[in-house]
Amino acid sequence: MEKWADNRAWYLVLPVFVVVAFSAIIPLMTVVNYSVQDIFGPGNAVFVGTEWFKQMLTDYRLHDALWRQFIFSGLVLLIEIPLGILIALAMPKKGWGVSACLVTLAIPLLIPWNVIGTIWIIFTRPDIGLFGVGINSLGLLDVPFDHTARPSYAWITLMAMEIWHWTPLVALLCYAGLRAIPEAYYQAAKIDGASAWAVFRYIQLPKMRGVLTIAVLLRWMDSFLIYAEPFALTGGGPGNSTTFLSIYLVKLATGQFDLGPAAAFSLIYFLIVLLFCFIFYQALLNVGKGEKIS
Amino acid sequence: MARIEFDQIAHAYYPNPKAPSDFALKEINAVWEDGGAYALLGPSGCGKTTLLNVISGLLKPSRGRVLYDGTDVTALPPEKRNIAQVFQFPVLYDTMSVFDNLAFPLKNRGFNRADTIQRVKEVAEILDLTPDLNKKAAGLSADAKQKISLGRGLVRSDVAAVLFDEPLTVIDPHLKWHLRRKLKEIHEQLRLTMIYVTHDQVEALTFADQVILMYEGEIVQIGTPEALFENPQHKFVGYFIGSPGMNFLPCTLEGQAARVDGVTIDLAPETAARGAAAGGVLELGIRPMHLEVHGAAFEGGVPVTVKALEDQGSFKILTAALNGHMIRARVPEGRPVPQHKAWLKFPPSRTKLFADERLVG
Repeated sequence: MEKWADNRAWYLVLPVFVVVAFSAIIPLMTVVNYSVQDIFGPGNAVFVGTEWFKQMLTDYRLHDALWRQFIFSGLVLLIEIPLGILIALAMPKKGWGVSACLVTLAIPLLIPWNVIGTIWIIFTRPDIGLFGVGINSLGLLDVPFDHTARPSYAWITLMAMEIWHWTPLVALLCYAGLRAIPEAYYQAAKIDGASAWAVFRYIQLPKMRGVLTIAVLLRWMDSFLIYAEPFALTGGGPGNSTTFLSIYLVKLATGQFDLGPAAAFSLIYFLIVLLFCFIFYQALLNVGKGEKIS
Repeated sequence: MARIEFDQIAHAYYPNPKAPSDFALKEINAVWEDGGAYALLGPSGCGKTTLLNVISGLLKPSRGRVLYDGTDVTALPPEKRNIAQVFQFPVLYDTMSVFDNLAFPLKNRGFNRADTIQRVKEVAEILDLTPDLNKKAAGLSADAKQKISLGRGLVRSDVAAVLFDEPLTVIDPHLKWHLRRKLKEIHEQLRLTMIYVTHDQVEALTFADQVILMYEGEIVQIGTPEALFENPQHKFVGYFIGSPGMNFLPCTLEGQAARVDGVTIDLAPETAARGAAAGGVLELGIRPMHLEVHGAAFEGGVPVTVKALEDQGSFKILTAALNGHMIRARVPEGRPVPQHKAWLKFPPSRTKLFADERLVG
């Protein structure tokens, strides 16, 4: 094919480039810039090389926050994904029940993060909250329930909040995946005498792989970046028990104004998220592929 | 294997059907003999797939009974009927190997390992799938996938019947022919009852011993391919079978002959007699291949104006007008074709008479 002499069509890409530059590249580069300097004040900065990275990588508080983060995100995935699949499987396939279920499921997704925090703080309060008062009146707990009273209570509240908030997303994605399976698959399974479990294992689950990949990635990233919920609930406490990576990062950056270490931390954080997304994506893309020799 | 019988089956997809047009299947009584090869033929939307799903139990009919060897199975789900069905598009268990796909219907029914391996190997051999047995089913080509679907339908040797729902739609033409041969061979070897749905008459006529022609939810004729071709019981059969279909000309009777717009066409005496007895709206029908085309006038020749000529390779199709009625005639290769005016010969033994769309003689 003949090459165009005039390549001015490239100018049409400029607006996108400008938007991406201002929304992502320039801020990211600013962070890179901070991460290699010690800033004493405006116009007074010293280049320090990789010092902040070394400091952050050996910071035990960061290590603790990172472990907490892994455990939290891992638990969230382990509960939300199977629960979402179960809800999607149990949803009606036609009639008015479909709309009713979809609207009900969408409600938690439409509520702003900080409002969710407030809702759950009130819900679990030991003096007026339905859950707090309810569980304490059973008298089963040695220490009365109060999300600030014990790390485990704070975690339970946080997990409940997160699962309540985001399982509907997983369920909606799975439901869409299930609805996309052609009827012939179910008919063939009936003819082949497949059990309900076999239908799930060999038809529904493989056909949901695409939506499950998206669900796992979204939930992993989102729960790994969780901030508003622990901030609203206990601000990272009691103690440091709910100080996740973002909470610690914000304390460092805007609390102590350690911009250099915070910038280095941000970059490490960013790379961890990216790395795990890549691993999940590859794993889910390749699961059940390739040749099998039996 | 079993003899399958429909006793006054009717089915509507909506609740409370009233008018006949509400029914996808209108009152059907039919028998599929054990070990027969049947084709269900008809245009799209005529109820072929509905009928097949009623046989397999995927669909519970609104009315009537389905009998397998005289036993009422109407209320039984497909898995209890021991039936196999192959669908229009390949249905595969993507995460399984080809072997596991073929073994799946056996595994679900608790066959032992040795029998399963033996059956799967036999079926794979018939369908040329042996080299692919250990591969993942998902990565194969469309026709290999459909062969796996066919294989799952054939893997159980004790099934009441194997039902095929336009199984060769997604297959390349040259492989289509090959697979059709295979199915025919399998039928001859195993003597399974096979019911094959298609809208392709060539497929139906080559596969089946008996063709069931459906039209608007009704069976219009059941018969051998020859019977459907030679003696179409309904105008639709004449029109649908054959390429091009039968010619139909509105006519009146005059003694032993039919009159079409003032032109006299001789009929066989018994045909004319039955036509006179039947009454109603009469039409004369003749296959294009039974018309003789002549370039000069002769005794009893029907004069027509030549409109078009299509070369079909081994023969030509001549389109001609008889006072505004279009007639198609088949001219064998090597015969001279008249340019403007032609005379057609209607052999009385091949000229059929239809009263109110049904064959009378």
